[in-house]
Amino acid sequence: MKILVLAETDAGALRPASLAAIECGRQLSEQNGGSVRWLLLGAQLDTVAREAARYAPVCVVDAEKLATVTADTWAPVIARAVKQEGAELLLAGSGTFAKDVLTRAAALLGGTMASDVLGHRWVDGQLQLRRAMYAGAIVATVQLSGPVQIITCQSTAYAAAEPLAAVEAIRPLAIDLADLPARVQVEAVESKRGGRPDVTEAAVVVSGGRAIKNSADFEALIGKLADTLGGAAGSSRVLVDAGIAPNELQVGQTGKIVAPEVYLALGISGAVQHMAGMKNSKTIVAVNNDPDAPIFEVANLGLVGDVYEVVPQLIERLSQRNSE
Amino acid sequence: MKILVPTKRVPDTDQRITLREDGSGINDDQLPFVINPFDAIALEEAIRLRETGCDAEILTVGIGSADYEEQLRSGLAMGADRAILVQCEESLDPWNVARILQALVLREGPDLVLMGKQAVDDDASQAGPFLAALLDWPQATFASKVELTEDAVRVDRETDQGIETIEVTRPAVITTDLRLNEPRYASLPSILKARKKPIEQLPLEALAITLEPRVKIIDLEAPSQSRTCRRVDSVDQLAEALVEVLP
Repeated sequence: MKILVLAETDAGALRPASLAAIECGRQLSEQNGGSVRWLLLGAQLDTVAREAARYAPVCVVDAEKLATVTADTWAPVIARAVKQEGAELLLAGSGTFAKDVLTRAAALLGGTMASDVLGHRWVDGQLQLRRAMYAGAIVATVQLSGPVQIITCQSTAYAAAEPLAAVEAIRPLAIDLADLPARVQVEAVESKRGGRPDVTEAAVVVSGGRAIKNSADFEALIGKLADTLGGAAGSSRVLVDAGIAPNELQVGQTGKIVAPEVYLALGISGAVQHMAGMKNSKTIVAVNNDPDAPIFEVANLGLVGDVYEVVPQLIERLSQRNSE
Repeated sequence: MKILVPTKRVPDTDQRITLREDGSGINDDQLPFVINPFDAIALEEAIRLRETGCDAEILTVGIGSADYEEQLRSGLAMGADRAILVQCEESLDPWNVARILQALVLREGPDLVLMGKQAVDDDASQAGPFLAALLDWPQATFASKVELTEDAVRVDRETDQGIETIEVTRPAVITTDLRLNEPRYASLPSILKARKKPIEQLPLEALAITLEPRVKIIDLEAPSQSRTCRRVDSVDQLAEALVEVLP
């Protein structure tokens, strides 16, 4: 099976979601025979292509026309590359990039797609994929049938790939870019994450919920504890809806799916849609003033208490430990 | 201006979803159904665009069995002008949903398609970009703000990196995110008025589409979510236990 993995980059580096996708690709090709290569699009890609080549051979489409990511221009290029290379499987890490760009490319390749895959198995030579439905209440095993299979995999389900012993080749693809549309203008990108790691990429995620009353408190409690632990700040939906936490921090079915080493749920009661986004974390720690909050059902470690009292004390204890 | 709002009928998100004993599907006999919350946001946005001055006809679409009429009526009560029910008893994967919607778009000729970024039953997030690609229209996914300009649409998109502002030419497909708006509750008079609005029944055959199944469900399971929670009594104990598990 010929596999292409669409690389997602951020500030000239591969995103961790892509390293999980290349790991998934490696497993699939090892189990079923075949090859796995990167498909890398963009402009001025020399540095990131060299980084990618440490993990797998790289097919590059490096053009000024692709400098800005839009589904409108990238999807046809991806589809052409897949056809030209004769790939049977196209992979990417889950996230808004893949949901936008890869999904559009999938339609140009016949619409045979499974999103947010949690795992796979082979049955009689057929690839079967596990994915969550109904906010994680149900896990479905599905089989795709169509010309090219397209998959996004949860970066929490596959470990980040290790570099190979030898650096692989980088090969530019000749793809016609003359007829790409010019219907989408990107005007601005604004991030409010404030220098902390992304919730999907951090080993520790500190999330706040309804108990947090305003943005200043969110920063003083959730943000500060996240910094103390070198982790990411996250949020339940209610804080984002109320404008207390920025949108890209939202963990849940309708936000981001995370599975860090440690997830701290602070003042989060545990709505079904929130738990869908974090229940696969290795250790879940919950602090809530309601002893019957559903969050304690999925937690490994729990303290009944007010986050406004508990968190400052916790920051103090952990800072002492850091300075020791 | 014509705006097409495709919707999906899904179990109410407040409900607990369980599997039938034979594992063939979910227990849906007693479940209340609603318009997929993201599609309700799309419909609300279409209505707001009309209210803020664009002279739009709003057409809402459902694909499914006769049960769907109730949700289409609630869409009409919110403010859609008319509805189409594409009669189809089979459960469809996103590819076939997008193909049916493509046929409807070609038939109706809307300037804009507004739809949810995902349906909360299968959580696939595919139908919107699939439809845009099939139509060869530009797309703006995960919209948290939508503004019409002369011949384009300016959209704020919620991405993993933050808010991205883009401008796309019309016609276009826009998929809607949570923060775009809060859908209204229909008033009693509008519910009564909606009873008189037309719902066109359209057999799938009339669209000349042969289904092309892409995703076959092999098996469903309902994983247990609970863990054994060790309760501690003090912040000191919490800090100690936390340090043990920190990477």
